[in-house]
Amino acid sequence: MAEPGQRVRVARMMPPGHVRAPAYLRGKTGVIERRLGAFGNPEKLAYGLPAEPRDLFRVRFTMAEVWGAEAGHPADTIDAEIYEHWLEPVTGETGDAA
Amino acid sequence: MPHDHHDHGHDHGHDHLSPSGHPFRADNDAPLTYWQTMEIAVRELLIEKGVTTAAEVQAQIEAMDARSPANGAAVVARAWTDPAFKARLLADASPAVREMGFDIGPLKLVAVENTDTVHNVIVCTLCSCYPRNLLGLPPDWYKTREYRSRTVKEPRKVLAEFGVDLPDSVTVRVHDSTADMRYLVVPARPAGTEGMDEAALAALVTRDSMIGTGLPRRPA
Repeated sequence: MAEPGQRVRVARMMPPGHVRAPAYLRGKTGVIERRLGAFGNPEKLAYGLPAEPRDLFRVRFTMAEVWGAEAGHPADTIDAEIYEHWLEPVTGETGDAA
Repeated sequence: MPHDHHDHGHDHGHDHLSPSGHPFRADNDAPLTYWQTMEIAVRELLIEKGVTTAAEVQAQIEAMDARSPANGAAVVARAWTDPAFKARLLADASPAVREMGFDIGPLKLVAVENTDTVHNVIVCTLCSCYPRNLLGLPPDWYKTREYRSRTVKEPRKVLAEFGVDLPDSVTVRVHDSTADMRYLVVPARPAGTEGMDEAALAALVTRDSMIGTGLPRRPA
């Protein structure tokens, strides 16, 4: 799916267990910075279960997107690694992610 | 402020201070935790069953202790002096670091470059991910809840507390090591270092400058 430059949203789900999508980024929209390749799904690996490969992406978020009016410098950014099954495509919106 | 004990007050005396004026450090007399007991049990079983040996365990500990920020400093100095290497490092850092002869095991490294307009800083909000296979063990503050939570929320305030004051013309990019990659900041080469060789340049590169919480030393 996602290619660099594409806008994506982190899913807003809150499943139990070992999850590498940080809670403070769930529901936030960012831009794919780069594709990192496929890695075993950590949500399975953490429990010793067979882990299917999942594509991993670096996603760039603006401070304005993550913290809203509390952002001291809105154009500063946070890059985080997010697995494909946590990303939803965003269409028809213009964004400010750097 | 090692001798600044104003916080202790004088109302409860100095019985808890050593003759040098420092508080005594508590001995670790507590019983083993569940996981400490588990580690010892598993290690002894692995040795008893011949899967590994005590010497191999010790050798691995020594290999881990031998890794230090000097490894990263050598990589940064090479990037400062060899533009082709820097391009390879920024494109795909792990093979570039291996080509210098560093055994980094399965480390998946991303190198990010500080410039006149961008300052990068690394954090792991979920735990304490750090490029140990290149830089050795992380500093204790890197693992604190305070550093992990504040760096993504107010990175400029955190950086200012480390002595790094950035003008508004510089964009701060925080990198949260949330999954499989580990990060190395390539700090900007300081002014006044023209003509210095790689070894001399490497001596300017501090651990914190490769995390992004510091800047390289200035040449003497």
